Amino acid sequence: MPPLLEVDDLQVHFFIDEGTVRAVDGVSFSLEQGKTLGIVGESGSGKSVIGQAILRIVPSPGQIVNGRILLQVDEKENLQQQTLDLVTIDPRGALARSIRGSDISMIFQEPMNSFSPVHTVGSQIMEALLIHSDVSKAEARNQAIEMLHRVGIPQPENRIDAYPHQLSGGMRQRAMIAMALVCRPRVLIADEPTTALDVTVQAQILALLKELQEEFGMAIIFISHNLGVISDISDDVLVVYFGRVMEQAPVKDIFDYPLHPYTQALLRSVPGIDTPVRTELATIEGTLPDPLAYIVGCPFYGRCTECGGDSVCRDQPYELTKVSPEHFVACPRMCIKL
Amino acid sequence: MSASDILIEVKNLKKYFPIQKGVFKKVVGHVKAVDGVSFSIRQGETLGLVGESGCGKTTVGRMIMGAYRPTGGEIWFQTPDGGPRLNLAEMTPAQMRPIRPHIQMIFQDPFASLNPRMTVREILAEPLIVNKVAKGAALEGRVRELIELVGLKVQYLTRYPHAFSGGQRQRICVARAMALYPRLLVADEPTSALDVSVQAQIVNLALEIQNKMGLAYLFISHDLGLVRHFSQKIVLMYVGKVVEYAPAANLFGKPRHPYTEALMSNVPSVRSDFVSHKIILKGETADPINPPPGCAFHPRCVYAQDVCSREEPLLREIGPDHVVACHFSEALDLNGCDALGCAI
Ligand SMILES: Nc1ncnc2c1ncn2[C@@H]1O[C@H](COP(=O)(O)OP(=O)(O)O)[C@@H](O)[C@H]1O
Ligand SMILES: Nc1ncnc2c1ncn2[C@@H]1O[C@H](COP(=O)(O)OP(=O)(O)O)[C@@H](O)[C@H]1O
Ligand SMILES: [Mg+2]
Ligand SMILES: [Mg+2]
Repeated sequence: MPPLLEVDDLQVHFFIDEGTVRAVDGVSFSLEQGKTLGIVGESGSGKSVIGQAILRIVPSPGQIVNGRILLQVDEKENLQQQTLDLVTIDPRGALARSIRGSDISMIFQEPMNSFSPVHTVGSQIMEALLIHSDVSKAEARNQAIEMLHRVGIPQPENRIDAYPHQLSGGMRQRAMIAMALVCRPRVLIADEPTTALDVTVQAQILALLKELQEEFGMAIIFISHNLGVISDISDDVLVVYFGRVMEQAPVKDIFDYPLHPYTQALLRSVPGIDTPVRTELATIEGTLPDPLAYIVGCPFYGRCTECGGDSVCRDQPYELTKVSPEHFVACPRMCIKL
Repeated sequence: MSASDILIEVKNLKKYFPIQKGVFKKVVGHVKAVDGVSFSIRQGETLGLVGESGCGKTTVGRMIMGAYRPTGGEIWFQTPDGGPRLNLAEMTPAQMRPIRPHIQMIFQDPFASLNPRMTVREILAEPLIVNKVAKGAALEGRVRELIELVGLKVQYLTRYPHAFSGGQRQRICVARAMALYPRLLVADEPTSALDVSVQAQIVNLALEIQNKMGLAYLFISHDLGLVRHFSQKIVLMYVGKVVEYAPAANLFGKPRHPYTEALMSNVPSVRSDFVSHKIILKGETADPINPPPGCAFHPRCVYAQDVCSREEPLLREIGPDHVVACHFSEALDLNGCDALGCAI
C-alpha cells in the first residue's frame, strides 16, 4: 500500500525583486497513517513553507516549482483516482478547499491567526463541520461541544459561545486543535503549536495530541525548532537546513546516532545533563547562507567543523544518501567514507 | 562570605498594578504582579529567576533597575568601592540617577531596544556621553573596546541595527549595557527569541564577560535547562510569589516544592535513554488578579490536601540556603532530575 502522504522532490521558490529564495529545495518524505513526522531546523530553514505547500496555501510570490505531493484520498465526489497529486490541483478550487480541513488541517503557533476575532469559537468550529460534512446545525453544535470537551476545555457547553480573546492562551490552543480535528482529518500539520506556551501547558498539549492521535489515527507533521519537543513527539525526524533535508531517520537514531555534522552541532549547542555547568557551550560559528544564494553542494559548508573546508563538500551536488534502511544523510564526506 | 559580599538584597518586594475601569479610571482592583519576593545576589554571582509567563519575573527586574517603583518591600544595593548600602525602593528618580549605571538590563527582543536611526557607534557612545565619562579619543577607544568585548568587528560601528541578525543585535545590547562597568546585569529572557546555536553563543559571551568583569547577573528565563547551566542559585516564582529558592544543584537534585518537580518533569528531553516521568498538571497558571485562596498552586497540585486551599504556606527555611513555600515539603518525597528522567 502506498503511504498516506508522500512528498517527492518538493521545491518551493519565492520570486522576489532581489532574486529567488529557494525556501524548499528538493524535500522528500513519506508519512504513514497514525505516525508523526517531526521537522526540525533553525528559523528560516523552510519548515513552515513545507507545511504551506502541502495545504496549497503558499503565499505569493512563492510557487511550487517542482515535485509531487501524493495524498491517498477517500472516494470523493466525481474523483476517480485513489492517489491525488496536490501539486496539480487548483489551490483556490473546490477540491483544494474540501481537502483542507477535511483531509488535512493545520494548527499554528498563534491561534488568533486561525480564528476570526469577531465570531465565537463555537460558530467557527461548527462552520468547519457544516462545510465538510452533511450535518444539521444542531448536530454540528453537539459535535463541536463534544470536540471541545475532548481537547480538555472545561464547561464546553458554555465556552462554545466564547470569543477567541476570552480564552486563555492554552485554551485557545486547545480550541484551535478542536477546530482542526473536528472533521477527523487524516493528516494534521502542526507548525510550532507549543512554541508560545509555558512548559507545563506545552506538556499538556503534546500529551493531548498523542492521545487524539491514538484515538483518531491521524498522521501528524510536527514542525518545531525545539529539539526536545521533536524528540518527545516524533516517530521519524527530518532535519532541515536552508530548504534541504540534511538528515532523516527514526527519532532514536537522530538523537542517539546523529550522523550529519549539522545535526550533531545542533544537539551539542543545547546544554544537557552531561554539560558541566557554567562551561562554554558548543556553538555553530557563522550564519545561515544568504537566502538568495544558489548553493550546489552542502549548504552547511563553511560552518561545518568536520569537513575542514573540503572542496568536495562545496562542489559535490547535494544528495541525500541512504546509510541504513531508514537513515538518510546528506553529507558528502560521510558518504564518501562509506 | 561576609555580608558585604552581597551585592543586592531584595526583601518582601511587591508590585500591585491598579486595574482601572470606566471614564473616571476608578480603581476596581489590583494585579498582584509581585507579591512578597525575597532573594539576594552576591558579587559576581548568577541568580536564575524562573517561572511561567505572567508570574512577575519582568516586573521584579524592572523594579530592581528602577523602572518601576515597588508597592512595598526593600531593595538593598551595595554601591561599589565600599560605598554605602542603599535602599533603592525608597529613592527618588533624582537620587537613583548616580546608581543607574551600576544596574543594567537587556531584553528578549534586541531589536525593540535599539534605536533604528542610530549607528552602532552612536548607540555605544550614548551612555558614555550622557554620563560624561568619556569624550574625543577616549570615547572612541572605549566604543571600540566594547564592540570587541562582544565579539563584533570594529567595521560594524558604522552600520545601523537593521543590518544585523538577532544574535548580533543582542551582542550590541550587551555591549551597550557594559559601557559603564555595571555591577549587576538583569538579563530578561535574552535568548528566547534566538535559535539554539545562537543562544549558545550569547550564553558563552555572558559567561566570558562575567569572568572578565566580575559582575553579577539576574538571569530571567523560563528555560530550566539554560538556567541550570548558567546559575548558582535559583528562585522559582508562581503567580507573584517565590515557591522555592535554593542553590541550583539542590533544587535540581532534590526539589522541595511540587511545582518545581512538575516543571522539571515537563522539560522535553533530547535523550532517548532517559525515560521521563511527566507530571501533567491540570489547568494553567492562576490569574494574578484573582489568585486561588491558600496556596495559589493548589488547584494544579497533584499532592494538594484540604489545608492547601485554606492556608497560604509561608516561605520557610528547610535546609541550608533552601527555602520553600509548601505545607508538605517534609512529608513529600519529591523526585529530582535524575529520578524524573529529566536530562537537563
Ligand atoms: N512570503 C514570503 N516571501 C518571501 N520569502 C519568504 C516568504 N515566506 C517565507 N520566505 C522565505 O522562505 C524561507 C523559509 O521560510 P520559513 O519556511 O518560514 O522558515 P521556518 O518556518 O523554517 O522558520 C526563508 O528564507 C523565508 O525568508
Ligand atoms: N505595566 C503593567 N500594568 C498592569 N499590569 C502589568 C504591567 N506589567 C505587568 N503586568 C501584569 O503583571 C503580571 C506579571 O507580569 P510580568 O512581570 O511581565 O510577568 P513575566 O515576566 O513573568 O511573564 C502579569 O499578570 C501582567 O499582566
Ligand atoms: Mg516557521
Ligand atoms: Mg517577562
